[in-house]
Amino acid sequence: MNTVLRYIEPAGAILLAVIWISPLMFAFWAAFHSTSDAVNFNLFSAWTLDNFRTAWDGAPWLRYFLNTFLLVTVVLIGQFILTTLAGFAFAKLDFPGKNFVFILVLMQLFILPEVLIVENYAMVSRLGLFDSILGVGMPYMASAFGIFLMRQSFKSVPIELHEAARIEGCGLLGILWRVYVPLAKPTYLAYALVSVSTHWNNFLWPLIVTNSPETRPLTVGLSIFGAPENGVDISVISAATMMSVAPLLLAFLLFQRQFVQAFLRAGIK
Amino acid sequence: MNKHINLEKRRQAIYGWLLLSPAAVLLSLFAFYPSFATFVSSLFSKKTRRKPSEFIELENYADLFADPTFWLVVKNNLFYAAITIPVSIAIALAMALWANSKIPARGFVRTAYFTPTVLPMIAAANLWLFFYTPGLGVLDQIGSLFGLPSVNWLGQPETALWAVIIVTIWKEAGFFMIFYLAALQTIPEDLKEAADIEGCSRWTYTRRIVLPLLMPTTLFIMVNAMINSVKLIDHLFILTKGGPSDASKLILYYIWEMAFAFFDAPHAAAMTILVLAVLCVVAAIQFFYLDRRTHYQ
Repeated sequence: MNTVLRYIEPAGAILLAVIWISPLMFAFWAAFHSTSDAVNFNLFSAWTLDNFRTAWDGAPWLRYFLNTFLLVTVVLIGQFILTTLAGFAFAKLDFPGKNFVFILVLMQLFILPEVLIVENYAMVSRLGLFDSILGVGMPYMASAFGIFLMRQSFKSVPIELHEAARIEGCGLLGILWRVYVPLAKPTYLAYALVSVSTHWNNFLWPLIVTNSPETRPLTVGLSIFGAPENGVDISVISAATMMSVAPLLLAFLLFQRQFVQAFLRAGIK
Repeated sequence: MNKHINLEKRRQAIYGWLLLSPAAVLLSLFAFYPSFATFVSSLFSKKTRRKPSEFIELENYADLFADPTFWLVVKNNLFYAAITIPVSIAIALAMALWANSKIPARGFVRTAYFTPTVLPMIAAANLWLFFYTPGLGVLDQIGSLFGLPSVNWLGQPETALWAVIIVTIWKEAGFFMIFYLAALQTIPEDLKEAADIEGCSRWTYTRRIVLPLLMPTTLFIMVNAMINSVKLIDHLFILTKGGPSDASKLILYYIWEMAFAFFDAPHAAAMTILVLAVLCVVAAIQFFYLDRRTHYQ
């Protein structure tokens, strides 16, 4: 009985892993085969790159890649600046109203930007940022979550370092830049990985705010490309899907440990 | 001396507010003001060419409560939450226990479990389309091996929501696994040794020692899963578009449709306020739980 159990558990674990990875594997396989071979599961049929060629010609992918890249960069830079400043103020400065404002910030953790799409759309239009990459990124820059993360990280910096820098004649911003920011590097890395993969994958808000190929990120481009009205076949959609997930997926496979650590650090507060 | 301290206090206050101001401005523009504006616009009627918008108190809410589609969507979303939350947590727990034990090919197993997390929901939906397509899809091909008839998984009201639910579970279980995995690694080895000396079976050890120690993690994951059951709707745009006959429509998708397809902002606003109210309850649970956890430590 016990020996049977010893084999059943690993078998279950591996079976679940195979099931879990199979949608990706099937799409990968289909992307490299002609549609008729893919749907008939001709396992020994010839490999081809035609689907990628068709998909690539069907939409301005290079532009979409560029847009997503710009979006992710703009959001990350904005988040780094804003959360560093606010996190530092919450962690190391003492001023009236601090706790009240901090509670307001925490509340934003539950007011999801996704839910406020109607009014955020109105706000972005009012600011003249409709259909711009800045408009897509702006609502996410003052991330309550990021502020919280930076505050935690700065709090753990020993006050002696702060004092020493001050005696050396460093101003407050100088101390932040020369003492706190370098010490928080792991937190920045973790936050960057989470932020990049979140915004690389974000869909609903970019769908609402973008209206032209010049600003559309990959996810929105992919959804338009794969829309049934366009009558694209399954192999070509698979190829397009593979193309658009490839950068993030490769990065993940290469830096798996860091990714997992990052998600952990970000999740456990 | 006193003057010096006062000066330092003033300096900190000025710096504090200066450093906060960029974040405060953006938070006000994209979280606080919109929440307030949503509430206000939920109390006004829709502006048409003939009639200007006017104050109608809670009429938009009354309309919603009288709208059978709204109730269907609420029911769908509750069902969506009731299935995805417990199932994805259970699978995540199993994954973590396995990924943490000494099994062959552990690296592959962990990677396989976690990979869906880094894919966009839109891409996930495209992958699953390949499974669900009637006649050609993988599920139908497997079914036909056993002589089962072709099923239009996404096209019939009985199965469409299930198809959506399965994609969500697939997407989030690996993410939740990570938190369990981290918690498992903090359980001290000597507990296992003590259990072995007492002659505990592995099952007893898991049920009596591991699961209770994982309770705080489970609560944390549960809050995340609740938020996700409101938030994760991207795949609807590819798989079902809420159909057939609204059978798989979820609240956030309905809000989007109301506002950007039917151009009915006031009713979308009323619905948004209701969702925010629910999220407040979730927030309250989280704060309550955080309180509890500090008692543990």
